[in-house]
Amino acid sequence: MFADQFINAIGTGVMLGSIYAALALGLAVTFGLLHIPNIAHPAFVIAGAYVVAMGNSYGLDPLLVALLALAPFYVAGLGFYEFYARVFERRGSADTMNALTLFFGVSLVLETLLLMRFGTNQQSVSVGYVGQSLTIGLLSLPYRLLVPALLAPVMVAALWLYLRHTHTGIAVRAVAHDERALSVSGIDPRWIKRHAFGIAAATAVVAGAALIIIGPVDPFGGRLQIGRAFAVVVLAGMGSIPGTIAAGILIGVSEALVSAFASPSWAPAVAFSILLATLALRPQGLFGARR
Amino acid sequence: MTISRRKFVQLASTAGLAVAAPAVWTQGQAQSRPLRVGASFSLTGPLSATKAGLVGLQIWRDDVNAAGGLLGRQVELVTYDDQSTVAQIPSIYSKLVDIDKVDVLISPYGAVLSAPVMPFIKQRGRFMVGMFALAGNDGVKSDRYFHSAPWGPDAKVNWARGFFEIGKANGCKRIAILNADVEFAKVSAAGGKAAAKELGQEVVFEQSYPPNTSDFSAILRNLRAATPDAVFVCSYPPDSSALVRGLSEVGVGDSVKLFGGGMVGPQYAANLQALGPALNGIVNFNLFVPEPTMVTPQVTSFLERYTAIAVPEKLDPLGFYIPPFYYVAGQLIAQAVKGAGSTDSAAMAAYLHANPTPTLVGNAQFNEMGDWTERRVLMTQFQGIKGNDIEQFRQPGRQVILDPSALKSGDLIQPFMKARAA
Amino acid sequence: MTSKTSTLPAVRPARPAGSRLTNVRSLAFILGALAIFAVGVFLTRAVENPFFFFASYIIIQYVALATGWNVLGGYAGYINFGAAAFYGVGAYTGALLLKAFDAPVLLCLPVAAAVGGVLGLLMGYMTLRVQGVYFAIATIALVVMAHTLVLNTDYLGGASGLALMPPEAPAWAGGQVQFLFLVMLGTAIFAVAVARWIEVSWVGRGFRALRASEEAAECAGVPTFRLKLAACAISGAILSMTGAPLVFYASFIEPETVFGLALALNAIAMPLIGGKKSWPGPVIGAILLGTVQQGATITISSELNILLVGVVLIAVVAVAPDGILGLLDRFKKGNRA
Repeated sequence: MFADQFINAIGTGVMLGSIYAALALGLAVTFGLLHIPNIAHPAFVIAGAYVVAMGNSYGLDPLLVALLALAPFYVAGLGFYEFYARVFERRGSADTMNALTLFFGVSLVLETLLLMRFGTNQQSVSVGYVGQSLTIGLLSLPYRLLVPALLAPVMVAALWLYLRHTHTGIAVRAVAHDERALSVSGIDPRWIKRHAFGIAAATAVVAGAALIIIGPVDPFGGRLQIGRAFAVVVLAGMGSIPGTIAAGILIGVSEALVSAFASPSWAPAVAFSILLATLALRPQGLFGARR
Repeated sequence: MTISRRKFVQLASTAGLAVAAPAVWTQGQAQSRPLRVGASFSLTGPLSATKAGLVGLQIWRDDVNAAGGLLGRQVELVTYDDQSTVAQIPSIYSKLVDIDKVDVLISPYGAVLSAPVMPFIKQRGRFMVGMFALAGNDGVKSDRYFHSAPWGPDAKVNWARGFFEIGKANGCKRIAILNADVEFAKVSAAGGKAAAKELGQEVVFEQSYPPNTSDFSAILRNLRAATPDAVFVCSYPPDSSALVRGLSEVGVGDSVKLFGGGMVGPQYAANLQALGPALNGIVNFNLFVPEPTMVTPQVTSFLERYTAIAVPEKLDPLGFYIPPFYYVAGQLIAQAVKGAGSTDSAAMAAYLHANPTPTLVGNAQFNEMGDWTERRVLMTQFQGIKGNDIEQFRQPGRQVILDPSALKSGDLIQPFMKARAA
Repeated sequence: MTSKTSTLPAVRPARPAGSRLTNVRSLAFILGALAIFAVGVFLTRAVENPFFFFASYIIIQYVALATGWNVLGGYAGYINFGAAAFYGVGAYTGALLLKAFDAPVLLCLPVAAAVGGVLGLLMGYMTLRVQGVYFAIATIALVVMAHTLVLNTDYLGGASGLALMPPEAPAWAGGQVQFLFLVMLGTAIFAVAVARWIEVSWVGRGFRALRASEEAAECAGVPTFRLKLAACAISGAILSMTGAPLVFYASFIEPETVFGLALALNAIAMPLIGGKKSWPGPVIGAILLGTVQQGATITISSELNILLVGVVLIAVVAVAPDGILGLLDRFKKGNRA
């Protein structure tokens, strides 16, 4: 009984954690690499989920829809950064508080537009594998969680390879550290940032697909994710892309263990206790460089 | 003295007119002023799915106005958006009463939003129809408050009693209780525990969980280990859905005969559509389902009109759960105003207490707390759901009524896992 | 960041004259505050309609909330997403005292302030090594933890909330809502007075140094850590105090409302709209946004209203990053030049 509980708690925790990482990945780019606290990211994810639901209503597979929507979301991200830059970068420094308020305004607008376009009803997708599980010995993994959980490692790996091994990828990592050096080397830092923002927005539609495969989504669902997404990014260490997976899984497994062996009512506090402890003891995060 | 017949008629009518004049004048005055019904709706925020109720109320207003209004006055609705938050409520109700001078009040949706209004109406002595506020009047005990929903007397403990009675009839002795950490679910779970004890059932497992929990596998495994005969679940839409998914993925074990009870979610079309066949076998509460024992031409026509409005506005297309009861609220108000002959709160309340009132969903009779004297919460079992087509839920036989016995329309299929396979 | 240091007000050369001016201004402020309270008392006599007091309570509450937030967020430059945590803890302190001891609201205020102050100190200690957005995120954590704690405390009603009947208001006030209106008005005036005192005293100069650059302030011998703790504690105390009368106002309290995101964001948006460098900013922002939001409940198409709030927030950030007061300043300077 105990073994059964324990193994499955770990299994569920890993899957949930990986999904948290998928949700936080866009934030790991905008906030972790560019230091832009985009609290509207979860609203982007919800918008992505709605797009996926819309495609699914025509009988398309959620993942296929997400793949098709990558490019439009990338472009939307470019436009959004352009707007942000015009508001702020022109003035030199971006006041964090003004940025937060701007993004909050943006997420209000996004949520309300979704509400006006789709109504208050929850949206969902129908896929064949929901409701079934993959069973390996004692461990049983519901496909409803397993499929979205596999998305995060794929995205993280792709993004990490891109940031490591391509010219623009390296520029993205460099832009937050030393903008001037970048301009000297002939790259327009603004272009790089815009590009990075586009990538972050594109991850939102994949995360949206993950979210809506797990369960129904409503326009205000993003608010629940804001805190946890930031927790993952900070815990990982700012700018550490592979770290988001580890941080997500650490939070997911802790929550699942608390749920299984203590009480599920305390689970929401777990992520934040870990976060507070991290901030107090190791502010640079698990994988971040010392600042 | 001879007065011609013609002259007499003239004189009499003049005198009569003189006597009647003030009455005619005031009546004319009153007719120019509409009868205002005030309510707060959660048009935005987490409870905004409940705003479908407004359509029900608007249909009632159109009906009553088409029939000449109330006391010869046209009915006008005054509504505000409370944004699903308690903080807005006191000032909205003060505005309705003190600025808009509404004649009759309808409560906000549910017990949480209603709680701040209760002391207010008690203090002002106002008549109010309560909307879905389970045991909403148990605190202040106003005698001018009436539930539109048939939760029945002592609702905290008894509203879901049907679930436990079905359990008893089917030999369930061991009960598990699962609830979300939200108001309605928490109150229901506590009530269910008391009801189970009264019926001699043993509560072998109790667990609350945070709202929006998306994975129930750990909870379901713990639950399975307790080998309950019945699982009483009090959940909210997002977690209801995750829980139903979890049932298919993890299962609850072969001991369970009865599962459900207080799940909020599978009353709404969006959830019904999303879950489809995964709902089969679940026994859950409803206030109205289109079973032959409940359907009347009046309800059918109401739902048709509702759907015609709701679909373009992207509201719940079925509208079984909330909208009819806003229509009922209107009917209660209409009866009370007509019966009292005025909009005087005390007279309206006295009338409703004394007279059974016909409504869309049957006759309503109230006890001193404004509860329906007869509980009419349905326990229904999902049977034969195929695919995700929403229209099938309009057919009879999909949500079979098991309790109350007066409305019974079918039999329980059990054990639970077999009912799901069927 | 260092470029901002120059915006620090230079030490006034003519110190005695300056301090006399400060004294005169302080006197004017005190008289003004007393006058506003007197007007409040007069209104409870003059205005018949209770709705006025119900609605004003909410707006004045926002004044206190925005002012309390601004002590930490505006003066010291620490973004606090956790205003709801302090407000909620204050509200539940009030509810606890009312439930356990039938305590009057005037006793709940100082107790809530003390609890909020201690919580602020704790938060300051916990986040001692972090700044900027990290601090903001840590404060989100505080809200979730306080929320979870209340959900799991049966005595406080957990998720079902707590319906309590407040004791009768004193007879002189003319009614419960009138009395609470005065209590909240007093709280807001107190909050603004504290904020103003901070602004004109050495504490405020220290806070401004923190905002400009914590490292530079440290090097210049400013006791940064103690100042940070003080800012957290004062801000926390005011925010908690603002929450304390809620249960008396609504006769009901439940966690979703007091720990809600809307409250935290209002507390940020209001100083931002008004201007966060000096005390009139939050006051103006709170009155403006509070009034608009009271209005937003009125019309039927609320989605449009919320959309409008979002657009206004974006517009303010884009057009008036220093709030309305900043805009006025710029306008004045423009005229002078």
